[in-house]
Amino acid sequence: MFEIFGIPSAALFGQLLIGLINGSFYALLSLGLAVIFGMLNIINFSHGAQYMLGAFAAYLLLQYSGLGYWPALIIAPLIVGITGIIIERVFLQWLYKLDHLYGLLLTFGLALIFEGVTRNYFGSAGLPYTVPESLQGGRNLGFMFLPNYRAWVIAASLVVCFGTWFIIERTRLGAYLRAATENPTLVRAFGINVPRMITLTYGLGVALAAFAGVMAAPIYNVSPQMGSELIIVVFAVVVIGGMGSILGAILTGFGLGVIEGLTKVFFPEASNTVIFVIMAIVLLVRPAGLFGRRT
Amino acid sequence: MEHVADPLTKQTSALRTQSESIAFAVMILALIVAPFMIYPLFLMQAMCFALFACAFNLLVGYVGLLSFGHALYFGWASYLSAYSAKAWGFPPELAILTGTATAAVFGLVAGSLAIRRQGIYFAMITLALAQMMYFFALQANFTGGEDGIQAVPRGRLFGIFDLKNDLTIYAFVLLIFIGGFSFIHRIIHSPFGEVLKAIRENETRAISLGYKTDRYKLVAFVLSATLAGLAGATKAIVLQLASLTDVNWPMSGEVVLMTLVGGLGTIFGPVVGAFIILLMQFKLAPIGEWVLVIQGAIFVACVLLFRRGVVGEVAKLLKIRL
Repeated sequence: MFEIFGIPSAALFGQLLIGLINGSFYALLSLGLAVIFGMLNIINFSHGAQYMLGAFAAYLLLQYSGLGYWPALIIAPLIVGITGIIIERVFLQWLYKLDHLYGLLLTFGLALIFEGVTRNYFGSAGLPYTVPESLQGGRNLGFMFLPNYRAWVIAASLVVCFGTWFIIERTRLGAYLRAATENPTLVRAFGINVPRMITLTYGLGVALAAFAGVMAAPIYNVSPQMGSELIIVVFAVVVIGGMGSILGAILTGFGLGVIEGLTKVFFPEASNTVIFVIMAIVLLVRPAGLFGRRT
Repeated sequence: MEHVADPLTKQTSALRTQSESIAFAVMILALIVAPFMIYPLFLMQAMCFALFACAFNLLVGYVGLLSFGHALYFGWASYLSAYSAKAWGFPPELAILTGTATAAVFGLVAGSLAIRRQGIYFAMITLALAQMMYFFALQANFTGGEDGIQAVPRGRLFGIFDLKNDLTIYAFVLLIFIGGFSFIHRIIHSPFGEVLKAIRENETRAISLGYKTDRYKLVAFVLSATLAGLAGATKAIVLQLASLTDVNWPMSGEVVLMTLVGGLGTIFGPVVGAFIILLMQFKLAPIGEWVLVIQGAIFVACVLLFRRGVVGEVAKLLKIRL
């Protein structure tokens, strides 16, 4: 063990690790928000609630059907994704021609409903979810202790983030998606079913949130308000990064997570607010956001 | 800018101003009679929230800027009003002034940041800034953390009127409400208000006509924050309490809901909406967390089925402006 700026290395790297973990959730969620906004022109306020639903789905799968972490990692996003598709068909599809703010208000309402229902049945206190057996324990890296599960979360979210980036930027499907974001009418004229693409995009974006939720379940407790607290920070992340660039969203997410972690070491009182302060500074210096296009 | 009205709009505008004045008279009469029939504390709270919603509506309904962080101004004004009354022994009028001034300063700072981005980003920025100030309120010593500031003295207004008397304080709150409401009404119908509406309809066009729209937006933001602060500061004296609830994000959501239910961009809508939502909360208090679900459902229903809100629908039905 050694010290950096008078801080034991284990504490410093421990917080850095937590920062990276938080950062992976910021990245996953802001990525989903950006993809949904690109296609639907709606800021999905219920994104945090859907992240929370993912965690609850994992919890319920374990409680009532004995399905553990690994099946839940697939099934929970699938379930939440399907509810997302239903939500898009029943509610959101009527809003595309209206002012942006109605999409925000409607999804805010949905978030309240999800949070209210889970609070009624599970209370506000967190429910525990244990780390899967195959990922328990950890290793000593010499300068810090690295729990296996946390290493897995960072690796998995990196893979998912870059996978999403690859699909959108480097595949034919992604090209359709980008084209439909730019000019849906023209893409439809080429015989591509844009409304179906929109529906699936929402389903996928929401499934991404649920995936993050399942990964978060063993780290934080599963609780109804876990999403609403997170989503506001993610909004700030999105304002800082801008929603124009996928890679930008990923970088901003991880970067801000790390900065937040470091703040916890050096100036713990400010750790809750540092991201908002950075947002204010970015707005002063670069109003369009770090990776944003001027709107 | 001189507004040139064709004869048709002139005729309807005569009818319109009449319908507004009649509704205004009815509202005042109802509020004067009400405390003899309904629990005055509920009415005073409702008036504070109605003013809060009207202030919020000034921004969303007339400039088209959706602030999702109005709890910041309401809540911090409430804290400062409560603190100055309790710790410094300020009389109620000075305490309310202190709270309102705090909200104005915060509105100036937050507003000048938020108007740097348009549309959906504006909502996210205001929400994030409000959340930041929520954390400050949580950590600051003077706010009393989870307990809030309790048992705030109501004191003597101008050293003469004892506000411990329910009817005296009711009259005081009614005056503040009518004053704030009339001020907002005046803003909306002033040349300044016309420019705000022009920005709402087409900002690029307003810019090309030579208006410095950012300046107009900022002034509107500060006015809205200040009036929200006036509502919060008054509420702290009335309920003798300032707490984290006032400054947290669900409060920002609630004021959006009140305005949406009553009618975005209508003058009386936020008042009606505030009374409806508060009444609902009182009646539904026993069922606990389901209130949240019902509020969410109302949001969804309003957005999908009646975006005009209660007052907007009535106005459309009677072909008048309210």
